[in-house]
Amino acid sequence: MIRVENLHKHFGGFRACDGASIEIAEGSITGLIGPNGAGKSTLFNVIAGVLPPTAGTVYMGGEDITGLPPHELFHKGLLRTFQIAHEFASMTVRENLMMVPGGQSGETLWNTWFRRGQIATEEAALRRKADEVLQFLTIDHLADEKAGNLSGGQKKLLELGRTMMVDAKVVFLDEVGAGVNRTLLRTIGDAILRLNKERGYTFCLIEHDMDFIARLCDPVICMAEGKVLAVGKAQEIMQDDRVIEAYLGTGLKSRTKAEAPAG
Amino acid sequence: MDFLNALVVLANFVLIPAVSYGSQLALGALGVTLVYGILRFSNFAHGDTMAFGAMVTILFTWAFQAFGLSIAPLPTALLALPFGIAVTAGMMLLTDRWVYQFYRRHKAKPIILVMVSLGVMFILNGVVRVIIGPGEQRFNDGARFIISAGDFKKMTGLSEGLAFRSSQGLTIVVTLISVAVLFWFLNRTRTGKSMRAYSDNEDLALLSGINPEKVVRVTWIIAAILATTAGVLYGLDKAFKPFTYFQLLLPVFAAAIVGGLGNPLGAIAGGYIIAFSEVTLTYAWKKVATYMLPDSLAPDGLAQLLSTDYKYAVSFTILVIVLIFKPYGLFRGKAV
Repeated sequence: MIRVENLHKHFGGFRACDGASIEIAEGSITGLIGPNGAGKSTLFNVIAGVLPPTAGTVYMGGEDITGLPPHELFHKGLLRTFQIAHEFASMTVRENLMMVPGGQSGETLWNTWFRRGQIATEEAALRRKADEVLQFLTIDHLADEKAGNLSGGQKKLLELGRTMMVDAKVVFLDEVGAGVNRTLLRTIGDAILRLNKERGYTFCLIEHDMDFIARLCDPVICMAEGKVLAVGKAQEIMQDDRVIEAYLGTGLKSRTKAEAPAG
Repeated sequence: MDFLNALVVLANFVLIPAVSYGSQLALGALGVTLVYGILRFSNFAHGDTMAFGAMVTILFTWAFQAFGLSIAPLPTALLALPFGIAVTAGMMLLTDRWVYQFYRRHKAKPIILVMVSLGVMFILNGVVRVIIGPGEQRFNDGARFIISAGDFKKMTGLSEGLAFRSSQGLTIVVTLISVAVLFWFLNRTRTGKSMRAYSDNEDLALLSGINPEKVVRVTWIIAAILATTAGVLYGLDKAFKPFTYFQLLLPVFAAAIVGGLGNPLGAIAGGYIIAFSEVTLTYAWKKVATYMLPDSLAPDGLAQLLSTDYKYAVSFTILVIVLIFKPYGLFRGKAV
């Protein structure tokens, strides 16, 4: 589905991504883990067209999509959410969702005045869809609330809802669980699983909560220092020496190893 | 009777002029605020865009007058306005393509875009002077008054007259219509909502599939409509002179900032606040005071707080005060 080849992204002398190559299979929920500063978010930003890569190529279903602007990637079915939830603060939750499918016919000045009927039909359909999505995410009681007033977790749900407004092919979730309580995290996890099964969305998610990763993701990719360290099933990855080392540092590892025979 | 006379004087010299001047400022400030909200820079070329729009409209007005086309009692300029807007919008879109787009692509900092707009301002400044000259142009035709001072005196029997010029009436009516349409547009239509979305959160708007270039184009077109309308109304009400429009930049920006940059409602409020402060502070209150106060208290002097030469100092002072005490403006705008 998505193939990233030898991706470099340098900020001055700092190499945020230093030759990372990953592959996200169609229909999978791929987890992306790694210590802070491993280049996960940068990788997301490059794939989503927010940052141009220094070098390397991104393919989507065989097509080279490197450096395409975000709104064009959106129309190809590649969506992403942000680590810190974004929303249109001055609009209601429903309006936020209805903004989503870009390229609606009401978007040109001409149509705004002269194609009112067509726009009304489109908007009615969108409205129904938005209400369905809100029901699915169990936040339908918030439909008319200003999005700026939502809690952090509800904003995360709204982010997920945004991806459901269109027929997404692949969705990138950046720390969807950050700052979200356990119950809400379960709801989010359920929603991701259902979207994956029922609608065939491919997911790639950055997450630090290992239980969450273990429940949802297969395979899991571990990054460190801008490179891919290991790829595999969640259980294998969590026991991989290189991964433990990247997370905990060598000092700790040598101590655990030294203590291991004794214990 | 004295009280009524005082009220009439007040309406004649303060209320009506301030409302019409305030409307012109509000339209100007709306353009500035929209560009700031969506393109994220202070467009210093806005005053000269108003001059450009007014100039094109004047040229069309002269052409229509030469052909004998008229919509009397309304001024011919009203008929020429749509053409002025079309040309100005075209000019803005070309400027965007040739100038601003380059800096946007390179993700230039706002301050660089401000300097770029300063350059555009100088060029427009020159273009307008080359085409129509630096002198004063009058293009107001049609009926001059809705109510003239003489008629008013005859009608009411008061000793003071109330003149309501048609240009003032036109300003108020056109402003009301433009503002209503603009707010309907921003709040109710898909295009307006994408503009608000883009202003709220640019990253998210892009990732929702909103085409930024389209939003930018629409913004320039609306800015052109507002600037041309404001420029023509100001020219009809007073007179057209390129330098006056350059000077208008200060009260227009003061209005936008007082109301909170990026907030359309604030721009309108700001426009009226600036206009009323300017007019009341530079008005000679002697006549009103003479009517209202007992004879013994009547002022000998003009009772004018500031000479009209200082009217731009008023907007500047308000601007400074607001920036010190409420830097985001009265209605919360965006961070500057």
